[in-house]
Amino acid sequence: METRAPYAHDHPAAAVRAVRDDEDSMTETADANLPLWRNGRFEADEWTRAGEGEAVSEGPALLPLVRFLAERDALAARNAPIGVVVEPGEAIEELAPHLDRVSLVVLTFPKYADGRSMSSARLLRQRYGYKGELRAAGDVLIDQMPLMRRCGFDSFEVVNGPTRAQLAAGKWPDVPFYYQPTGASQQVEIPAGTRPWARRPG
Amino acid sequence: MYRYDEFDHGFVTSRVAQFRDQVERRLSGELTEDQFKPLRLMNGVYLQLHAYMLRIAVPYGTLSSRQLRMLGHIGRTYDRGYGHFTTRQNLQFNWPALKDIPAILDDLASVEMHALQTSGNCIRNVTTDHFAGAAADEIADPRPYAEILRQWSSIHPEFSYLPRKFKIAVTGAPKDRAAIQVHDIGLELKRGPDGGIGFAVYVGGGQGRTPMIAHKVRDYLPEEDLLAYVEAIMRVYNLHGRRDNKYKARIKILVHETGAEEITRQIEAEFVEVKKTELLRLPDEEIQRITAYFAAPDLAPKPARSGAFEAAKADSAAFAAFAENNVTPHKAPGYGVVTVSLKPIGGIPGDATDVQMEVVADLADAYSQSEIRVSHEQNLVLPHVALDDVPALYAKLAEHGLATGNAGLVTDIIACPGLDYCALANARSINIAQDLSNRFGAPERQKDIGELKIKISGCINACGHHHVGHIGLLGVDRRGEEVYQITLGGSGDETASVGALVGPGFTGDQVVDAVETVVDTYLKLRQGPDETFLSAVRRLGQQPFKEALYGAA
Ligand code: SF4
Repeated sequence: METRAPYAHDHPAAAVRAVRDDEDSMTETADANLPLWRNGRFEADEWTRAGEGEAVSEGPALLPLVRFLAERDALAARNAPIGVVVEPGEAIEELAPHLDRVSLVVLTFPKYADGRSMSSARLLRQRYGYKGELRAAGDVLIDQMPLMRRCGFDSFEVVNGPTRAQLAAGKWPDVPFYYQPTGASQQVEIPAGTRPWARRPG
Repeated sequence: MYRYDEFDHGFVTSRVAQFRDQVERRLSGELTEDQFKPLRLMNGVYLQLHAYMLRIAVPYGTLSSRQLRMLGHIGRTYDRGYGHFTTRQNLQFNWPALKDIPAILDDLASVEMHALQTSGNCIRNVTTDHFAGAAADEIADPRPYAEILRQWSSIHPEFSYLPRKFKIAVTGAPKDRAAIQVHDIGLELKRGPDGGIGFAVYVGGGQGRTPMIAHKVRDYLPEEDLLAYVEAIMRVYNLHGRRDNKYKARIKILVHETGAEEITRQIEAEFVEVKKTELLRLPDEEIQRITAYFAAPDLAPKPARSGAFEAAKADSAAFAAFAENNVTPHKAPGYGVVTVSLKPIGGIPGDATDVQMEVVADLADAYSQSEIRVSHEQNLVLPHVALDDVPALYAKLAEHGLATGNAGLVTDIIACPGLDYCALANARSINIAQDLSNRFGAPERQKDIGELKIKISGCINACGHHHVGHIGLLGVDRRGEEVYQITLGGSGDETASVGALVGPGFTGDQVVDAVETVVDTYLKLRQGPDETFLSAVRRLGQQPFKEALYGAA
C-alpha cells in the first residue's frame, strides 16, 4: 500500500499555473485556501470563474461551455489561458473541436452518484486526445477519486471534510487490480497476464 | 469451472481489506450510517426491515461443491442456519451481524467468491441459463462470455455510477431459460453467416413498475466485439439515461423514450468509435483460454436408455414424477440434468438449510462432477448426472426434503422476500406461496395441471418476476390492507410477454381461491392436456377468466 497519495509526476498544466508558494510543508494541512487536490497534494486554484454576463478578468479564466462556444473567437484574442466548465447534461462533443485552445476542463458532479462526467472524462482523454488539466468539481468524495483518475481526471476540487482529511492522511482507496483498460487513465497502467483487459498500476 | 488466478485473488482480497477498514470505521462511529451506506452497498450489504442482509454473488449461477459447502458453513456460523437463493441466481443471508461480515467475505474469498456488485447502480451479476454447458439444445456454453463480462465490469471506473442498476443475461440455447428479453441487455449466442460464434443483442427489457420486452439492436455481433459493443451500450446509457426520477432511470425507459431505431443508431455509432481503439477486442486465444475452464466434463459413455432409471420410474409414482419434471435431457446420452427443488410443498421458496447445502454439495461430488447451478427459479441444479445414478440420488435427496418432483409445475413458485424481510414491501409473498403450494400440492393434481409458473412480488419492484409469471401475483396496499392483483399470460422465455392485469385485487384470504378459480377455468377450457396454461391464455384471452373471477359483466 502506498503511504502517500500518488501522482507526484509533473502536471501537464503546470505551465499555466500562477506563481504560488511551493513549500512542501503545505501538503500536511488541509487548508481551505488550497481547494485542489493535484499533484499528490493540496494546491491553490489559480483560475477565476466568469459566469454568464460576468466580466472576464485578467489571467486564467474559466467559463461555462455555452459562453465559451459563443465567445470563443474574442476569447482567443486574449493572451491568457482559457478553461471551460462542462456540466453533466452538456455534450462534450461540442467542446472537442476547440480543445487546442483550452488549458483546463472542469467536469462537474452535482451528486457523487451522478456518473455522467466519468464518461465525458474518458471521451476527452481517450477519444479527443485532450492533454490539459481535467478537473472534477462538485460532490467529489474519496471513494470515487481513484475511479475518476482512471477515467482521466488529474485534479480535484475537494470540499468534503472527511475526504480532505483522508487525502491529507495519505489515503487513496484504490483496488490496484483493474479489469478494464480505459485508455484515459492518469496513472501508468500496464497489461497484466494474458487477458487483454487486465491491468496493474505501473 | 472458472478458477481465479493470482490477479483475481489479488483483486478480491484487496477489495475485502478495503471493506474491512470501512466496516471498522462504521463500528467505531467514525462513519455514520449515511456515509457508510454507499460503501456497504458496493459490497452487497443491505439494511433490511430487521437486520443487515448480505447478498453473495453466484456468477452466472455456477457453484462448485466446495463453494456450496462454504455457503452452508457460513449459514451455520454467522446466520440462522439457512440461506435464501434469489431470482438473480444469488444467495442472501438475512441475519448476519455487521461485525462478522468481513470474516464472511474472507471465507468467501477463500473459495473464490465475493459479494461485489450485488447492489448499487452498477453492472450486476451476469446471469445465464442454469442448464448451461449441459443442455442438449445448446449452441455454445454462455458462461465463458458471462465470466468475461463479469471481469470487465468489476469496479468499472466509468460504469459504477449509472443512472440505475444494470442487468445482463446470456443464453446459449434457442430455448431461453435465462429470460434475456426482460434484462437491460440480453445476449443470445448464435452462429453467424460465416459460421463463427456471436450474439443477437437485445436492449431495454425489464420488469419493475414498467415491464418491457427488450428490442433487438443487433442480429449478429461477432464474439470478438462483445466488450466493445457492451461498452458502447453502457456509455450511451450512462450519458443519456434519466437521472431525474429513479423509477424512470432504467435503460428500458431510455429506449422507450428515444425510440428503438434512434437508440440503435446511437449505440452503433458509439460502437464504431470504441472498436477503433482496439482496446476491447477479444482475441480468439483468450476466449479459448477462458472457455477451456468450462470444458464439458469427461463423462463415461453410457447407453441412452438406463435400465435402473426406467425400473425406478415403473416402481414409484413419486420417482416417475421426479423423473418427468426434474430430469432434463443432457448433451451426453445416458445423462440428465437434475433440478433439486427448493420448493417443498408448503415450504419457503428458495430457502436451503446449512445441512441441505452440504448434502447437495456431497451429492454433486458423488454424482455430478462436483458442480451445482442455482436457477433463477430459485432451485438448485445438478448438471451432469448419469441416469443410472438418479434413483440413488433421489433417495438421498428425499432424506433431506429435497426430492420434490415439481420443477416447472404449479407448486414451483417464485416469491420475493416480501413483507417478512423487505422494507419496500406492500404485502407478504412467502405465506401466499406456501398457501398455494399446499392447495395444489397433491401430485395427481399438479400433474394434471401441467406446466404453470406462478410468480409473486410483494410490491411493484417485481423482484418476484410476477410480470413474466403465467400467473403473476402483485402485492399492493389498499388503504392499509394487503391486496394481491392477478396478472395472466406473462412469460420470460423466447416468446417473452408481460402478463395482463385481470381485474381488481384480492385480499390475502381470497387470493388462493382466486388462483384456484383461474386454474380450474383453464382445466375446463383447454383443448386437451397438451395445451399448456400459457397457450390457453394466449388463445382464450382474459375474458373467460374475468367472468369466472368476477361474474359475467
Ligand atoms: S418485489 Fe418489492 S417486496 Fe418483493 S423483494 Fe422486491 S422490493 Fe421487496
